[in-house]
Amino acid sequence: MAVESDTVKLGPNGKPIRPFVMPATLTGKLKVWRLLIYRRLVQFLTLLLFFGTAHWGWTLFNEPVLMGNLSSSTLLGFIPLADPYAVLQIFLTKHVMESEVVLGAGIVLLAYALLGGRVWCSWVCPINMVTDLSSWLRRRLPISDVFRVNRNTRLIILALSLLISAIMGVAAFEWISPISMFHRELIFGLGMGWTAILGIFLFDLFILRHGWCGHLCPLGAFYGLVGAVAPIRVRFDVPTCTHCGECAKVCPEPQVLNLKKATEVGMIASGDCTNCGRCITVCPEDTLSFGLRTQNKTDVELPLNLKIPS
Amino acid sequence: MTRSVQGAALAATGGLVWSYLLQQQAHASPSAIRPPGAHDTDGFNAKCIKCGQCVRDCPYDTLKLAPAGEAVPIGTPYFTPRDVPCYMCEDIPCVKACPTGALDHSLEDIEESRMGLAVIDVENCLSWLGLRCEICHRECPVQNKAITIEHHPRKISKHAKFVPLVHSDACTGCGVCEKACPTDKAAIRVVPPELVQGEVGEHYRLGWKDKSSITQDFKPTQRPDSSDVAPTGLDYLNQGGL
Repeated sequence: MAVESDTVKLGPNGKPIRPFVMPATLTGKLKVWRLLIYRRLVQFLTLLLFFGTAHWGWTLFNEPVLMGNLSSSTLLGFIPLADPYAVLQIFLTKHVMESEVVLGAGIVLLAYALLGGRVWCSWVCPINMVTDLSSWLRRRLPISDVFRVNRNTRLIILALSLLISAIMGVAAFEWISPISMFHRELIFGLGMGWTAILGIFLFDLFILRHGWCGHLCPLGAFYGLVGAVAPIRVRFDVPTCTHCGECAKVCPEPQVLNLKKATEVGMIASGDCTNCGRCITVCPEDTLSFGLRTQNKTDVELPLNLKIPS
Repeated sequence: MTRSVQGAALAATGGLVWSYLLQQQAHASPSAIRPPGAHDTDGFNAKCIKCGQCVRDCPYDTLKLAPAGEAVPIGTPYFTPRDVPCYMCEDIPCVKACPTGALDHSLEDIEESRMGLAVIDVENCLSWLGLRCEICHRECPVQNKAITIEHHPRKISKHAKFVPLVHSDACTGCGVCEKACPTDKAAIRVVPPELVQGEVGEHYRLGWKDKSSITQDFKPTQRPDSSDVAPTGLDYLNQGGL
């Protein structure tokens, strides 16, 4: 008996630490993969709406469904949408834009500010499919990073892009963005853009784990700043967590899973969290879930040993 | 301390390389023919968000978005007149579709657009060689204004040649002429005006064209009395300065 209790490690809440085990049944697997499936659906559907409108003339209420690409588009012939980061760069070139695209950028900015900033990264951005593949392969291959890069490098690249836009008079990141290249060429015809995508894939696979999305991409950094105020967050149910660490293994931004901070505020507060939900589906204790920033931490049901004295 | 200096140096170097790339891209193809309303190159380069809505709203599939690797700034709209020229829609849907104003929304009359300027290779133009062609003149949508047919002496006989001439005050650069030109390689081509157009300079006066302004402008000015003005012509020789 004593030997057995030694092998079962206990978490800080006194409960045994259980590792995540992939269910054997298909329904069980689908349940684990559900958010991944939803994300891929959203990513594909977004591209499909653009492609269908452009090439097959898709209409709704006699208006083109979604005309343009992820840089700027028109929904149903009258709702403008635009990439707020691209519009910010153009704004800094001091050339005066039409109000339409500014309104479009405002609409998109508001949407991501409500949905969680980097929701863009894991739910919409087509590069995510490429870098997720790199990271999936990497979990199965014995490859170590060639060098380390500070995750805040992307903030410096973001600042540089804005500075260069102002000095050079062209939207600095838009002109070299592999993200824009990728969706533009998927929708408008292929060129050499795939070489940039291959570069990112190989960089993430062989050089630096989560290299592009997690360290360098200034668009992700921009939405990270937006996400710092976003109401939709991954909630952290303090009493159930056994600190098993399964969430950090799958998280593309593991620094956001700072359990000390999460315990204090009851959620993953960092804007760097992409709300991809990988952690939610692998957590063996159902500690993590989507919720609102404003939710009160003490609302969660406390187990007996953690009851706050009245 | 050292680390932050190293970081700053790295960022500065990266920024310089980045700026260099942008500079190269912005001047990637001075010969790209842009959609109507893209008059100001710097403004167009800055404002074009590369969304392709102009491309999709073009009813003739004239416009293309430059993919990476093309010799045109990446992702920007352009067209190749010899393949599909601009047919100059009266309602200019491409300009209306532009969300940023990279294509100038104040362009209301398509005949005011200046996508390029047609230039004629007189060594290979059938009309200039002495044959009767004039296809460009007949196809030109700005009929008899952008391209006119002029008499030109033909040295081998008394019969004149009838040759096309392009007039930049009316040519929109739509490229219908280039598309229609029957020679193997088009002898009339659309190029950005700044590549071929000269500038006379304000100090030249064409006396036979505009007499009144000449007499006003060239009123002999009062000769200044002071002797520090350099002596001219004979005066100079007579002053013994040599």
